[in-house]
Amino acid sequence: MEYLFSTAVGALTAGGIYLVLRQRTFTVILGISLLTYAVNLFLFASGRLSINLPAVLRYGTETYGDPLPQALVLTAIVISFGMTAVIVMLGLGAYLAARDDRIDLDDATPGATDTAPAQGKGDMT
Amino acid sequence: MNHLILFPVLLPAVVGAIIILVMRFHTSLARTFSVATSLALLGIGWALLWESASGRIMVYDLGNWPAPFGIVLVLDRLSALMVALTATLALPVLLYAIGSGWDTRGRHFHALFLFQLMGIFGAFLTGDIFNLFVFFEILLIASYGLMIHAGGTRRMRAGVQYVIYNLLGSTLFLFALGTLYAVTGTLNMADLALRVAEIPAEQSALIRVAAVLLLAVFAVKAALIPLHFWLPATYADAPAPIAALFAIMTKIGAYAILRVFTLIFGPGVVATQGLVGTWLMPAALVTLAVGMIGVLGARQMGRLAAFAAIGSMGTLLVAIALFTPQGTAAALYYMVHSTLAGAMLFLVVDLVRARRAGEADWLTPAPLMAQSGLVASLFFAAAIAMAGMPPLSGFLGKLLVMDAVRSHPLVWTIWAVILTTSLVAVLGFARAGSALFWNTLPPEAAPDAPAAPTTLPFVATGGLLAMLTLLTLAAGPVTGFMAATAAQLTATGSYISAVLPDAPDAPDAPDAPDPSDPPEAPEAPAPEDTQ
Repeated sequence: MEYLFSTAVGALTAGGIYLVLRQRTFTVILGISLLTYAVNLFLFASGRLSINLPAVLRYGTETYGDPLPQALVLTAIVISFGMTAVIVMLGLGAYLAARDDRIDLDDATPGATDTAPAQGKGDMT
Repeated sequence: MNHLILFPVLLPAVVGAIIILVMRFHTSLARTFSVATSLALLGIGWALLWESASGRIMVYDLGNWPAPFGIVLVLDRLSALMVALTATLALPVLLYAIGSGWDTRGRHFHALFLFQLMGIFGAFLTGDIFNLFVFFEILLIASYGLMIHAGGTRRMRAGVQYVIYNLLGSTLFLFALGTLYAVTGTLNMADLALRVAEIPAEQSALIRVAAVLLLAVFAVKAALIPLHFWLPATYADAPAPIAALFAIMTKIGAYAILRVFTLIFGPGVVATQGLVGTWLMPAALVTLAVGMIGVLGARQMGRLAAFAAIGSMGTLLVAIALFTPQGTAAALYYMVHSTLAGAMLFLVVDLVRARRAGEADWLTPAPLMAQSGLVASLFFAAAIAMAGMPPLSGFLGKLLVMDAVRSHPLVWTIWAVILTTSLVAVLGFARAGSALFWNTLPPEAAPDAPAAPTTLPFVATGGLLAMLTLLTLAAGPVTGFMAATAAQLTATGSYISAVLPDAPDAPDAPDAPDPSDPPEAPEAPAPEDTQ
């Protein structure tokens, strides 16, 4: 089971890093999602892998699974879910404003007035 | 327990929520509540600083769970100093944003501002390293909103970069925390310090990985080269008052390095001996050089200020990388200075931007701006402070840093880098100032003088300048406090015994857990911060 688990974490991380290094926002967001899956699994494993062990105290049982990583994973999942939602909205806003979803910023040039507020984008926040 | 410790986190969270629920559409109400909260936070911050000056470390058990299992807030001199500094910075920035009308150019400015403050205060006060992660996320998610405040194509795209970079940083942070927990079985900082110290050198591989991962995460926050790429575009393209508030954000990285690598992976720990200082010092020197060269090469005021922020982080991290009490004291003094000076520089950038219609903050000839003399003198003061020239506190700060490195083997290299980069920075600022204020075109026939001048932005900028002056005049007492802070940081025993009163006879601490057997399940309550 350890081999399966670590291979899964490794494969997810590798795929995530590959996708994060792409140039377009969409693939980068996918990469970040893969990385967060990998890190969630990793956090879960930090309490040692165990099967069929209760995480809550109960009469008549001697060994327990570690409940703390499960709480940590729950927090991490919630946070990464929210962050993914934010980056999707932001990426979409940037794409709609610039008609272009490349990550790289062009060099700014004098005279290009790109500080003008885009209409309706205030809803993003 | 002193309940005052909780208020820097609680107050902005509650008021921010109330603002977003009730006062979304009432600008003046939201402004009033926001300013009142900032004033209250200023009072609380200074009260906490006053209490911490006694040298007693105060611990707040959330939910009254005892320390290794529950989450604690810890107030020592360093936390109190950072909280007071943040509160002191927040008020002028908020006043500036109100005075210049920035807060009405997008939605939810005040609520996001308060949530940002909540995250920053929490990061400084928490005594639990997973909670540090949670507060990082809170301050980051608020900063994402603030960063793209008022919208605009370029700002949105810079915002995407900023968010992606920080999401990757957060992922690294989680990997580091997972490794730490797997090795030690705890996430409480004081408890971690005890358990990491017990790990023998031959079993240190995993803990060293965790330490380096943590360093990388904090280096992203602190914009240490080569992890600084998010900073120039973010700071230059964010609204300038927000960039001024972000002056404290890089300092959070510096604070976290200082906290974790003195308390948990301190210089005396066998497992991670000689790990951090060797890497941090060269990286800090390169950061300093690149930042100041960037000041010289910048073609826009915003980027100039951003690179000046990178350069000042370099100086700060040089002092931190020494990990000596004297170096830490110098770092703390310079940290207070560079936060205030960096924020002031960004406010001046916005003063310039508001007064030059088409050219905005490009260092190109343009008609003389309104109130050129006043803005120029403020820019002059900010430039002196950032470059580290006498008579302002930047000079004293650099002097303290240079004095602290005296016994370091690389002393001549460090001195050469600091002095040369100071010269480069002076040149860069002089070039920018003369291009902005002297190299002017004749006034046009119909001057479209934008923005009626208001006093509040000048009051806010001048307030920061006044604080810098105060920091210079009161350098004696301030450095005394910093030396006491550094001494308290070095003596980790007092921190540990404050958080874990019965630490030495804690019977259930498994020493160096064997990977094969599951660690004892700590009866941890579910984290209160899970949402």
